[in-house]
Amino acid sequence: MENKEIKKKSGTAGFLNGLFRRQIFIPIAALLALALFNLIMDPSFFRVNLDYSSTGSLVLSGNLITILDYGSELAILAIGMTLVTAASGGQDISVGAAVAISGSVIFRVLCGTNSRPDTLRTPIFVAFLVSCVVAMIFGAFNGVLVAYFKIQPMVATLILYTAGRSIAAWINNNELPIISEPSFGYFGGFIPGVPIPTPFFIAVACMVIIALVLRFTNLGLYTQSVGINENSSRLNGLNPTFIKFLSFVILGLCVAVVGLIKVSRFSTINYSVVAKDIEMDAILAVALGGNALSGGKFNMAASILGAYVIQFLTTTLYKYKVQSDALPAYKAVVVILLVVLSAPAVRNYLSGLWKKLKAGQKVKEVA
Amino acid sequence: MASSNKSSSAGGGFSDKMKNMTDTNLLLTITIVVFFAMYIGAILFQGKGFLKPQTFFNILNANAALIIVSCGMSIVMITGGIDISVGGVTALVSMCCAVYLDYKGGNVFVSLLIALSIGLAFGAVQGFLVAYLDIQPFIVTLAGMFFARGMTTIVNSNPFNVQNEAFVALKNTRIVVPGMGSVNKLGKYVNAYVEIGVIVAIIIVVLFFCILRWSKLGRKFYAVGGNSQSALMLGINVRKTKFLSHLICGLLAGIGGYVYFLHVGSGAPSHASGMEMNAIASSIIGGTMLTGGVGNIIGTFFGVLSLSTIQNIVSSAGFEEAWWTGITIAAMLCLFLVVQSIVMARKKRALKVKVD
Repeated sequence: MENKEIKKKSGTAGFLNGLFRRQIFIPIAALLALALFNLIMDPSFFRVNLDYSSTGSLVLSGNLITILDYGSELAILAIGMTLVTAASGGQDISVGAAVAISGSVIFRVLCGTNSRPDTLRTPIFVAFLVSCVVAMIFGAFNGVLVAYFKIQPMVATLILYTAGRSIAAWINNNELPIISEPSFGYFGGFIPGVPIPTPFFIAVACMVIIALVLRFTNLGLYTQSVGINENSSRLNGLNPTFIKFLSFVILGLCVAVVGLIKVSRFSTINYSVVAKDIEMDAILAVALGGNALSGGKFNMAASILGAYVIQFLTTTLYKYKVQSDALPAYKAVVVILLVVLSAPAVRNYLSGLWKKLKAGQKVKEVA
Repeated sequence: MASSNKSSSAGGGFSDKMKNMTDTNLLLTITIVVFFAMYIGAILFQGKGFLKPQTFFNILNANAALIIVSCGMSIVMITGGIDISVGGVTALVSMCCAVYLDYKGGNVFVSLLIALSIGLAFGAVQGFLVAYLDIQPFIVTLAGMFFARGMTTIVNSNPFNVQNEAFVALKNTRIVVPGMGSVNKLGKYVNAYVEIGVIVAIIIVVLFFCILRWSKLGRKFYAVGGNSQSALMLGINVRKTKFLSHLICGLLAGIGGYVYFLHVGSGAPSHASGMEMNAIASSIIGGTMLTGGVGNIIGTFFGVLSLSTIQNIVSSAGFEEAWWTGITIAAMLCLFLVVQSIVMARKKRALKVKVD
């Protein structure tokens, strides 16, 4: 009874306190701050138009749709990156290069050696499956280095980070194939008759799958326990090596999906530019979701929301005429701010400060 | 360390010696052997090009900056950290110096100061975040790398050559190496030469070799990297040591950036792309362990040489496409990482048997 009364007393303050503690509060707050900034600077940022596209179908356009479109790629990557981060306590920085590889594989399967094919050699679905397998093999390569050879994840993935784009170019003999088949563009663009960009649907499908997996299997629990304490989870009968390895393979699968979207957007590929700096954005999404970058507990929904917030930030920066090559500088500042704020030393200091303030208030009240 | 050295001299037989070697010496030996084997192999199979002293000096000329940057990288890695911002810092340094020299008409000394201060600033900020706020070094320096690359574009987005006279004179200064010349196709004797950067690089290698070997600070680096808990109990200021290692790495990245700038003589956002990877690879090939506590500057020096020798071999063997370089370096790095991992696992097992 007493407890209840106390809870009732705190009322709205208690609710707010609870919200502050929730992990998902961080990306929501960031999203609100960005939205507010745009609302004050230029409300037309939020305008959404329904226009006829070049192919003659009705499509939505506008900044929000761009965010939904490009944020979806990031969200798919964030799913895999969250698992890798939670299990291994490190991040995979080779995702951009791996996207280039999987995109290149799709072209290789679809076009063969002919870089301007009139007809596709195989159905797109088959090419996608092949690229899935290849991306998962590269994920497994990273996973073996990290899990079995116990190399720090970021250094192990640094290998693929450097070699990846070279491998991608090598797969296609450094040619730049172009596919004219219209149905190939559906995955990164619009399906005729549907005004919402397809990547969003793909991302939703991925989210549903991962939600089901987390709900009905022990993957989430095991991943977290391996991330929190590898030795004690081994003593409890888990296989930390395999779980780390598995997380990298899952990320490989996510990479293949993003690869399909990326190459479908332009129906061609530029090995050194495709998915450039996307690793930074994916890591940023995980960090912005409030997940500890040193592994352990994770919150998938927060990561996914974080991905859309990052895209929001990118689109906002583009709107203010920031060069695309200069974008990383701004994002790096955001990363540093985030990790500094979430560092234990800073947190302890801040909470100490907060307590002091409260104590000061109480003393005043008593007086 | 001392006791194991003693026992190695007492124990007979090669395999005994291998077992009793310190980690640092074992990995260093592997590196030096690999380098010489590769160079001799190149001479045997690729013909006379590699026999000319100038080929070797050209490798030095092209990689002086990498040697300097890798020294800093090794020091950070010995303390158990990592710094991947060095390539970005190099690009930023060369762009800032280029803009200062060309557009602002500044003099060379001030541009050197700019380079040093950029390096020190990166080192200080990253060191503070890593050492005093306990943030993972990889995240901090990844952000540092992206920040440096972005800033390079903000400073100036177009590549351009520097025309400043004093600078060009400095850039073209050649130091003749006596007695190493060769006769060229026209029958004329050509002196072998090195650039200023090489001298700087060699001074830095010797200096930091001595610091790591004989100074208090050097021992602190090893102690912190080997086991930061026991280092703390020995009364070492772990945070300060880590901070210093990042500061030194930043400073060396600044110097390396300037040497790079001196070699290429231009500023461009794409400069030194992948340099962080090369520096890490050289350090690892040179026997620096990622886990910290093991490493040697001389090894790093040979690591850079091995890396660039294999690049030369690959390109002179007819694989001239650019992508082969990336793939070779990655393969080599992968190989050495795995070798390290296996060597360490075996040593651990050997140690266990001894204890039992």
